[in-house]
Amino acid sequence: MELLTQLFGVSLFAAAIRLSIPIIAAAVGEVFAERAGILNIGIEGMMLMGAFGAVIGSYYSGSPWVGLLSGMLFGAILGLIHAYAAITLRINQVVSGIAINLFALGATTTMARILFHEQRTQVASFDELAIPVCKGIPVLGPVLCEHAFLVYLVVAIAFLSQYILFRTTLGLRIRAIGEYPKAADSAGIRVLFIKYACTVFGGVMAGIAGSFLSLVQLNLFVDNMSAGKGWIALTAVVFGRWSPVGAMLGGLLFGMVEAIGLRVQALGLPIPHELLLMLPYLATLLVFTGVVGRTRAPASLGKPYAKETL
Amino acid sequence: MNDFRTRFTDAIRAQNFTLPLVSLAMALILSAVPILIAGRNPIVAYYEMMAGAVGGPVRIGVSLTKATPILFTGLSVALAFRSGLFNIGAEGQLYLGALGATLVALGFPSMPQVLLLPASIGVGFLFGAFWGVIPGYLKARYQTNEIITTIMMNYIAFWFISYLVHGPLREPNSMYSYTAEVPQSSRLPVLIPGTQLHAGFLIALVLVVATYILLSKTAIGFRMRATGANPEAAHYAGMSIRKNIVLVMALSGGLAGLAGVTEILGIQYRLSDFFSSGFGYDGVAVALLGNSNPWGVLLASLFFGLLRGGASSMQRRIGVPAATVLIIQGLAVFFVVIGVGFRSRRPTRVLPGRRTAGVDADPDRAVPDAEKEPDVAEDGR
Repeated sequence: MELLTQLFGVSLFAAAIRLSIPIIAAAVGEVFAERAGILNIGIEGMMLMGAFGAVIGSYYSGSPWVGLLSGMLFGAILGLIHAYAAITLRINQVVSGIAINLFALGATTTMARILFHEQRTQVASFDELAIPVCKGIPVLGPVLCEHAFLVYLVVAIAFLSQYILFRTTLGLRIRAIGEYPKAADSAGIRVLFIKYACTVFGGVMAGIAGSFLSLVQLNLFVDNMSAGKGWIALTAVVFGRWSPVGAMLGGLLFGMVEAIGLRVQALGLPIPHELLLMLPYLATLLVFTGVVGRTRAPASLGKPYAKETL
Repeated sequence: MNDFRTRFTDAIRAQNFTLPLVSLAMALILSAVPILIAGRNPIVAYYEMMAGAVGGPVRIGVSLTKATPILFTGLSVALAFRSGLFNIGAEGQLYLGALGATLVALGFPSMPQVLLLPASIGVGFLFGAFWGVIPGYLKARYQTNEIITTIMMNYIAFWFISYLVHGPLREPNSMYSYTAEVPQSSRLPVLIPGTQLHAGFLIALVLVVATYILLSKTAIGFRMRATGANPEAAHYAGMSIRKNIVLVMALSGGLAGLAGVTEILGIQYRLSDFFSSGFGYDGVAVALLGNSNPWGVLLASLFFGLLRGGASSMQRRIGVPAATVLIIQGLAVFFVVIGVGFRSRRPTRVLPGRRTAGVDADPDRAVPDAEKEPDVAEDGR
């Protein structure tokens, strides 16, 4: 019992939210890309590039806001490259993603060495932004309302995305493209344009996720600092059954187990936290295979679409 | 469907190496930009890299050592590609393979080497195969997307191994979380004294030939490629697509497992949760550069090995970051991808804008077959 109170303090939940935000941001972007039929394995590299771009922007301007924009731009550029490869050239999306990951790891590591040499150069980063009334609420206040601005932004985007995807014409169009692009095309939807837009949006969101890593969780760039979070985001998308709010819950689950894992290690508790960290993947696999509940990927996911022209 | 034999002989014709070579040249030119920004001469940098990679037997040994795990995972991914499956799970499968080999090696330390070494390798292969069969079965049975399931299997494997080496398998009284050292009798012999190059490299070479023979000289290999190229046609020809999926994933997983086996028995001598630096994902890159052809995979992984073998020496000698080679690799793969995309837009199409047989059979398109879902959905319902 004492063990549990040690583990589950208020700060644990606040930490879980902090750790989950990059996953949520990237996952929400990926939901759009995948709903439009584009699988983006390169999300890990885009996140890393975003983290680097954010540090560069903040380093040269002294403002974290410029850093954020720069991180989004870096993510968008990689998203555009992936879109060009996957949509215009219709080449294999997995391979393009893997190439982006390799390139991003190499480019960011190399450029960080060249620009900052071996020093851990700190840059202007985001402070916490406590919401006045909300932070006074006992328990909930410190958990929910004492975060950096980006946390609120990402959560707002997740809810807005849910609305757009399931309650607007645009959302219907995106989902139609992901299921059966040919039919969407016949209905006059601009299939290729929307696919492009969704993929670039995915890149921007991965850039925000990366900016969060380098400008909120830290205030510097560390080699390979995305550390697998992009892959986790891909899992969160499946866990959330290709819906933004679902992906957010998936991201929170991953953030929670990570927070518990960190705490278990810090306190030296005799709990095999590695198995705990394994659970969300196992759960997703079970959901995905229909053992628990049922879910299905968008039908045209990963398949190149060639517009019929005569 | 077009004749598979033509397709394969096409693939080994010299013209198909033009694209990787041009891509490589472009990657080297573009990668000169960060080197120039660093204020170094790219030509000197590349010279130092090559000198570090092939200057003398010891350096060659280092490069070949680096190429070995990627060769295994590259073969694994290529075998699956050719059969229409995307195995992104080589990373997890190699961890499982490493576990299998470690368990046998630690469990039977008194067994003579002639038995223990093959047993460790064999069990490692089986562990990897098992980890490949799970997503294979899920695809055959539930039509799950193997790209997504293999990614998850990677993490399940990683955290499982991490749990084992932090807990039950941890070497007693050790500061670090890894297993005890495997006995001498389970280790792969060193090929070049003074380097870490181990007999695992020879196993990998044998498997290049074996994979080639399997894919292009045997009936099993024909069935694999047939289901990959056109599942519907294969189905009508009486081939069991489900059985093929499971078989391919077993072999692919086993091959990837051997990457882990040989890293443990040849270099690390103990299992940890950090011995692979993404060899599984490198395998995807290598399989693509090598056109999903065993000989191409061999060349591509040797190329990756040379770059990595020379990288540290380039960094040491003239201060260009070793990570530059990752840019070269990423760009090379990306240019190949783009080149394949351009080529497949160009060929004669029966109907404009449609992926027709002529495009499908294009040997340059290393992987498009994988995009087709095997047509098992109907009989599954």
